This record gives sequence, structure tokens and C-alpha cells, in this order.
Amino acid sequence: MKKRQRFYFILFVLACLAGAVGLSLYALRDNLSYFYSPREVVAFQQKQDPRIGAGQGFRLGGLVLADSVQKNSDDLQVLFTVTDNVEQIDVVYTGILPDLFREGQGVVATGSLLPNGMFKADSLLAKHDENYMPPEVAKALKDSHAEGVKAMQETPDAP
Amino acid sequence: MIIELGHYALCLALIMALVQSVVPLLGAYHGRMAWMKLGHAAAWSLSGLLTISFLALVHAFALSDFSVLNVATNSHTMKPLLYKITAVWGNHEGSMLLWVWMLSFWGILVVQAGHRLAPAFQARVIAVQGMIASGFLMFVLFTSNPFLRLDPPPPEGAGLNPVLQDIALAVHPPLLYMGYVGFSVAFCFAIAALLEKKIDRHWAASVRPWVLAAWVSLTGGITLGSIWAYYELGWGGFWFWDPVENAALMPWLAGTALLHSVAVLEKRDALKNWTVFLAILTFSLSLLGTFLVRSGVLTSVHAFAVDPARGVFILMLLTIATGGGLFLYALRAPYIRSLRQFRAFSRETALLLNNVFLFAVTATVFMGTLYPLFMSALDLGSVSVGTPYYTATLAPLLLPFALLMGAAPAIVWRAGNPRLVLQRLLYPALAIIAFLLFLLATPAPQKPLLLLVLAAGGWIVLTLLQDVFRKTGGFQHARLPLSYYGMVVAHFGFALVIMGSAIATQLTTEKILWMAPSETVVVAGYDISYRQPQTDTGWNYNIDRAVFDVNHTGKADSFVMAPEKRWYPVANRMTSEAALQLDATSMLYIVLGDADENDRNRFVVRIYHHPMIALLFGGAGLIALGGFLALLTRKRPLHADATGGVA
Repeated sequence: MKKRQRFYFILFVLACLAGAVGLSLYALRDNLSYFYSPREVVAFQQKQDPRIGAGQGFRLGGLVLADSVQKNSDDLQVLFTVTDNVEQIDVVYTGILPDLFREGQGVVATGSLLPNGMFKADSLLAKHDENYMPPEVAKALKDSHAEGVKAMQETPDAP
Repeated sequence: MIIELGHYALCLALIMALVQSVVPLLGAYHGRMAWMKLGHAAAWSLSGLLTISFLALVHAFALSDFSVLNVATNSHTMKPLLYKITAVWGNHEGSMLLWVWMLSFWGILVVQAGHRLAPAFQARVIAVQGMIASGFLMFVLFTSNPFLRLDPPPPEGAGLNPVLQDIALAVHPPLLYMGYVGFSVAFCFAIAALLEKKIDRHWAASVRPWVLAAWVSLTGGITLGSIWAYYELGWGGFWFWDPVENAALMPWLAGTALLHSVAVLEKRDALKNWTVFLAILTFSLSLLGTFLVRSGVLTSVHAFAVDPARGVFILMLLTIATGGGLFLYALRAPYIRSLRQFRAFSRETALLLNNVFLFAVTATVFMGTLYPLFMSALDLGSVSVGTPYYTATLAPLLLPFALLMGAAPAIVWRAGNPRLVLQRLLYPALAIIAFLLFLLATPAPQKPLLLLVLAAGGWIVLTLLQDVFRKTGGFQHARLPLSYYGMVVAHFGFALVIMGSAIATQLTTEKILWMAPSETVVVAGYDISYRQPQTDTGWNYNIDRAVFDVNHTGKADSFVMAPEKRWYPVANRMTSEAALQLDATSMLYIVLGDADENDRNRFVVRIYHHPMIALLFGGAGLIALGGFLALLTRKRPLHADATGGVA
């Protein structure tokens, strides 16, 4: 290849790579899905934060509250509550529950909030392994626990 | 006692690996044959010792010896023997032992099959292999020792994950590891060549079979993993862009690029720097894959080893191997000169472009996989990157890539003749345009992405057929090297994979509904009627089964499908076994959901119809087969170049 040709070729390769990176960043911006715990969702709701606005997709994770699962035997709708032991969010899901979906166990729901404050889940993820908690759920529970301890220390009168 | 023997063999193996990493290297440096040969003995003993070690662990699992911590946490007496044995590598410690064991196999393969190599070069390769083995043996011994005892032994083991009781899952990790670890040979060849400052066509010819062998294993491993996910996870999908899947895909992509650049180096003595860089990169990505899966840094359905010490250790190994390799590369790169320049319109340029594309795809997958990790490491929030990202970034790359893939075999090495190539490609191009126009004119579903992928796949198939027809003189004679047919089969497989996955995802039918016995539903031209529920017992589980009669609407011939819910009382776990029925090339797929609490015979039923899914899995198998054919090719003299297969 002559010098000039080589120059154009390298230019072309760089343009390709830059294009690919640009495309990736653009796609990343639009297709990221954030993870929030019920506590964070409630905090956002109070501030009317657009990050959880209607139609804005995100992932909600926590434990399935005991005795909160209601199945409808006519259609495929399931109602349950996700908690991080501080706040609770009601979730509505239509479809087959994962095999490992269980009350008191961790779950990650992908979807968005409805205008009435309920979370409409498009998909549910319960983990392969009963000993294994999604790290994000574990962290959310730990954080809310730490927050609770702190709050108790600050207000000694609390029960 | 046997366990202690295995433990002791593992410690000896570390010492042997250290010997293997030092003595042959010194021998090669000082030109002492005896020292170099010692590397061979060390490689054999390393492999022997690790075999003893591994068998000792298998023995403990087979006999359910719960005084071994690893067995107690990962096995259970209520498992069939086969799954007791596959549980050896179903856990972190055992799978890392498998990793090193396989590495030692590749080591003795280099000793045995590498007898045509110059002794000093071979000694250096073996030494670098020894270093990798030492690093990972330390990792196993210091952070993930499978031979630790537990006192007092528990009466029963805790490891009974029913999802892992599956044959595809039992075979898939070893194959995947064969591929991961196999790329270490290419890495060692690159390091040895950099040490000797000698990278030429002979080097390329000698490294090529190793790259191919690793690539074939990895292709097979990824395919089996995808098949397992398809039928076992019950979501009706075959690829989820899960970080763990991407961890295997990245070395595969880089390995594919390597395979093609090695061909250029072998034919044209060009792209030396780039090829060596790719060899280092591919193995680094294999190590990165091991790190991602084994350190538990990912939010993923597969990552179960949550232990920071392990993550840090593998990260260190990754840094040493990649950093060291790249450092040496930077030092030696100025000495490597690609003697021949090449012309703009030639096979080598086409292959270089192929590499540019594959590199861009690898980088895209890399970003998508690691971006969430960076975000959470910097405390910028917890995010996940899903399928839409990969569709948005990879689809625009796929089309020019496929165009190039179809055209490249028609372009000759050195100096191509653009007019001749256009002439050769004219008919396939016309056929594709006619096909697109025809599809646009029919009332078939007009999905632009689907049409473009079909056109791309069709283009690859037609150009391949045209190429074979031309080179065999209208199928009159078949005297072409096997590697050429390997390329044809692999490229054909790739075309099937993209077309199959596009059709299966874009034209899928899905229906979820409640069904009671004797109810019937119509899905994608099938009458599916729920005949009756059944209960049964399996090896260590109870079965709720629903029997369905299925027939094409309006036809008499019918078949039975029986999806199951399995209840594992000991594990307190439920799994779903989907019922799958392949009908020509499309798959009917039925999964049982929950039973109605008031009427246990009534179930939520999810039915999928995936057209052309057989093309997808068959195509993936063909890609591996193509690589295997190329691997079988007898060594050709380096100057002969009449037809020029690539893979």
C-alpha cells in the first residue's frame, strides 16, 4: 500500500471505530435500566423525580412481602408487594411466575410505575439459587437496615 | 485418605508448574537441550499430578464424603451418580481445578504435537504455560481449595440445585473451559515469539491449529450453553446478553478475528503486530471471562462465587498476564516488521476489514458488559444493559460485515481485480435484490430488521455457493483443501445463525393462558388440547405433568407433548421442564406455570412457537464443524496458494 493509501485506510478504520463507540454510547444512554429499592422509589415519588416518571423503565428489587401475593385464577394477573423492610411498593404482573418466586425471597422486577403508584412489572427475576440473593437486593436491604439503626440512635425515644 | 492424596498431588503440581516455568526458559536462553527437555517431563508430571488430584475429588463426590467441605456444600446423597460427578465442576473450587487440569492437557499437547517446532521456541512456549498454570494453581490452593476438610462431617450435603441436574449443563462448562484455556496456547506462542523477536509465516502456520482447536471448543461450549438456556430456563429465549454469556462471547469474537488475521500472516507475511496483539487480547478476554464469572462481581443468574479475595486474586492474574504480555509487546513491537505492503483491493484487505468489524463488535460487547460494573464501582447507581443496547449497536455492524463476508472469498490474494469480482458477485446481488422486492410485494410481515438480516444471510449463502461452484468447475472436481470447505461450512453456519435467530425472535408466537383438562387452544396453526394431568415420581423429585395432544389444524396426525413441574422435596425447590417438539425447522414449546389453588388440574400454560429455530442451533453446530474440518487439513506447503481458504 502506498503511503497515502495507508493514511486513508487508517483514517477509515478510525472513523469506523469512532462510529462504533459513538453508537454504543448513544445506545447506552437510551437503554440503561437503573435499579432502585422501594425506599428510593418512595423518596423519588415524594420529590416527583422524573427518573421514575410514568413510562420511565427501571428495575425494582427487594423481598416479596410475606402473605402479599394474590393470584387471580381467571386471568394471569398477580399482585404482590416488594419491600426492603422500610418501604413497600405494590407490584402488578401478568404472566407466569418464575419457579423460584417465593414470599420472603428476593426478586427483581423490570417495568415502570403506573399513575396510581403501583409498579407494573414486565418481567420478574428470581435467582437460580436459594442461598443467593441478588447483590443489589442485598445491598438495598443492608442500606435500609443501616439507615434504621442510625435513625434509632438519633431518636432515643423510639421504641 | 484419598482426599489428602489429592491435596498433596495439588501441592506437588504447583512445585512442578514452577519448575516448568523456569527451567525450560533458562534452557532456551543458555541453549541447553537437557534443561529444555526437562520442561517436557515437567508438563507430563503436572498433568499426571492434576489428574490424580481431580480423580480424588471425583472419588469424594461419587462416595458423598461429607467430611470434605466442598462435597458437603455442593453434593447430596439424593442425587443420581452422574450428577454427583458433574457436581465436581458445578461449583467454584471444582471448576477452577478443572480449569487448571485442562490447561495441563493443552501443555502436554504442546509437548507431543509440537515436535516440529524449534526446541528453544517450544521450550519457551512450555515455560509460559507453566507460568499460567502456577498462577492458577496458587489461586486454587490459596483461595479456592476443594480439599479442605470439615469436622465433624454433616450427615447430609447441602448441594442439590435441581436446575443444575441437566446433561447439557454438565457438558457445557468443560467445553467452554477447553476453549478459554485453549487460547492460552496462542498466548504462549505469541509471548515466545516476542521473546525471540521472530514472527513470520512459519509461526503463523504453527499457531493456527491451536487457535482453531480452542475456537472449535469455545464455539461448541457457547452453543451448548445457549441450548441449555433455551430449554431449561423456560423463557423461550436462547441468548439473553447476560454478562456471563458475554464473558464467553468476547474471547470467541477476538478468537474469530485472530483466526482470520493468522491466515493473512500465513499467506502474506503481513499483519504481524496485529496478530500478536490479538493473540494476547484473546487470552486476556478468556481470563476476563473467568474473572467475571468467578469473582461474583456481576448481577447475574450464574455468578455464585461471592468472595472478594478470589476476585482480587484473579484480577491480579489478569493484570500480570495481560499487562506483562502487552509490556513485552510494546518492547518488541519495533523489531517486528511486516515486510510486504499490501494493496487496497485484495483478500488481505478484506480480512483486515473483517478484523476491524470483529474488533468493533468485541469492543461494543465489552462496553455493554463492563459499563454497569464501572457505574457501580464509582457509585453512580446500579444499572443494567439489556438486549435493546445490543440490537441498536450490533445490527448496524452486522450488515456491512455480512456484505464483506460474502464478497471476500471472491477476491484473490495480493492484487484483486475489482471488475472480475463485480462480475462474480453480480448474480448473487441480483438474486438478493429480487428476493427483497418479492418479500416487499407479498403480504408477509414487513419487519425491516428481519428483511435486512434475511438479505444478509441469503447474500452469504449465495456467494458461497457461487464460489464453490466456480472453484470446483461446476462441482466437477472437488480437489480443494479441506480448510476451504471448512471455511464454506463455517460461513454457511454463520448465515444460518443470523437468519435463524432473526426469524425465531421476530416471527415468534407466544400465548399465555389458563387451561383446564379437555380445553383446546390454537397457536400458529396447531390445535393444542390439554388431555389430562398426571402425577409421577422421578429420581429425587415428584412430577406434575400435563399431557397435551397437538396436531396441525385440520389434519389428523397428532403428537403428544407433556411439560412438567418438578418438585424436589429435599431441596424444597420447584423446576419447570418445558416440553419441546421440533416440527421440521420450527419449535413448539410448552411450559407449565402455577396450578389453580382451587382446582389443581388447571394450569397457567405458556406456549411458544419459534419458527426456524433449528437453523439457529444447526448453524452454530456448522460453525464448529467448519472449524473442525479446517483443523483436520493436512499441512500444506507454505507457498501453495491457488484457492485460498481462510479458516
